[in-house]
Amino acid sequence: MSGSQTVLRRAVLTLLTAALLALFLLFITLPVASLFLKISPEAFLSSLTEPVVLDALSLSFVTAMVSTVIVVLFGTPLALVNARYDYRGRELVDTLTDLPIVLPPAVAGLALLMAFGRRGVVGQYLDLFGIQIGFTTLAVVMAQVFVASPFYIRQARASFEAVDRLYEDAARTLGASPGTVALRITIPLAWGGLVSGAILSFARALGEFGATIMFAGNFQGKTQTMPLAIYTTMQGDMNAAISLSIILVVISFAVISAVKIVTRRKY
Amino acid sequence: MLSIHTVRKLRDYVLDVTLSVRPGETLVLIGENGSGKSTVLNLISGILTPDAGEVTLGDRTLFSSERKINIPPENRKIGHLFQSYALFPHMTVAENVAFGLRCRKVPKAGIADAVAEQLSTMHLDDLSDVNVGRLSGGQRQRVALARALVLDPELLLLDEPLAAVDMRAQAPMRKELHDQIRNAGIPCIVVTHTLRDALELGDRLCLLEEGRVVADGTPGEVLSMRENGFIESFTG
Repeated sequence: MSGSQTVLRRAVLTLLTAALLALFLLFITLPVASLFLKISPEAFLSSLTEPVVLDALSLSFVTAMVSTVIVVLFGTPLALVNARYDYRGRELVDTLTDLPIVLPPAVAGLALLMAFGRRGVVGQYLDLFGIQIGFTTLAVVMAQVFVASPFYIRQARASFEAVDRLYEDAARTLGASPGTVALRITIPLAWGGLVSGAILSFARALGEFGATIMFAGNFQGKTQTMPLAIYTTMQGDMNAAISLSIILVVISFAVISAVKIVTRRKY
Repeated sequence: MLSIHTVRKLRDYVLDVTLSVRPGETLVLIGENGSGKSTVLNLISGILTPDAGEVTLGDRTLFSSERKINIPPENRKIGHLFQSYALFPHMTVAENVAFGLRCRKVPKAGIADAVAEQLSTMHLDDLSDVNVGRLSGGQRQRVALARALVLDPELLLLDEPLAAVDMRAQAPMRKELHDQIRNAGIPCIVVTHTLRDALELGDRLCLLEEGRVVADGTPGEVLSMRENGFIESFTG
């Protein structure tokens, strides 16, 4: 009696799980698929030649690339220090570097404006020298660095922590200074995690919307990145908006696949 | 000549060890797990810093709490073999052996020659370009030893050098290791938990209990202390 009951219960459970899974997958894929269904290939290709689309594409790639480089340059030493050294205030540093992940982008944008805007805490002094950051391409990069840096720093720190200290100790006894150990042992062994962190950070920078529109504004060719261009064009030229969206979908897919490939453990 | 006096507070006890090893002499450290054997090696090579004490090697003072000297591990010229060998997994055999020479900024040609020579004396020539992940326990041990010896260290610290070697290969490896140590002609400390290592490698035997040296003498002397519980189980 109990045997057949168990079989029945298991079958019901399997069916239920499968149904939940199918429903959820449909919820995720249907909207994405709809983007592809609502535009003809010809319309897609022709909107790729429109200036608003081309400007947004190149601006997005250049700014996201630059902000990723900045994040990696500053974030790598920071992550390494936090992974390896215990110092007073380390928890605080960790919390602060994580903050942009949970901070709403609109708040980040306003905060950047209050700091570096024309009348901002720092910006008012820069203004005296004729330097303006708000509503420039630099502001786009700064907004991206602000929101995307935690994605790299968190991943980098975790990858450094996963490197066995024994290798670093052995390297020291063989004559390597702490700097050489970092460059020749720790960073190479954490490489996969660092690359995937950088890719995630790049993807986050590419998708940045809220902080950018508040701090950098929405000027075509100067601060109008792809997400901003989607928002702008959908009010008139829906094809351009969909085309840009499709490009971002493809990039997102590529990013996830790339991260999966580089994080496959080699050692 | 290596002389050490080191004190360091550990989790369960205070390690307080005084030892000296002459050039060409091999001291074997034995004792229960957690008696502080590996810690002593780490304190000598500089991976750990003593709370107090002094470490001298030849005429160099490597550490002195009184004189505030603490030479960093990379400048101590000590070959330290770890229990798991710690071969760098992202490098080939030759790259592992070359690592220390590259850190010392030896010219490229000099590195290649020294590495080739070291690999050949240790019968590793065929494995030169192999990634260390593919090596057997015995091969790993030889690569780790080659990586340390190529730098002409002034002291050799070996932590369980044969533990990761196949049982069958242990006897010939032990003999080979014995010869290598003899040829190096420098002080050597071996940590082990096997009687064979202690008898065949050691000129002197030192028994550690909770961070203290409780016996120090020739293998015959120390191993005859049958009243000691560890020695009884070690020889039994």
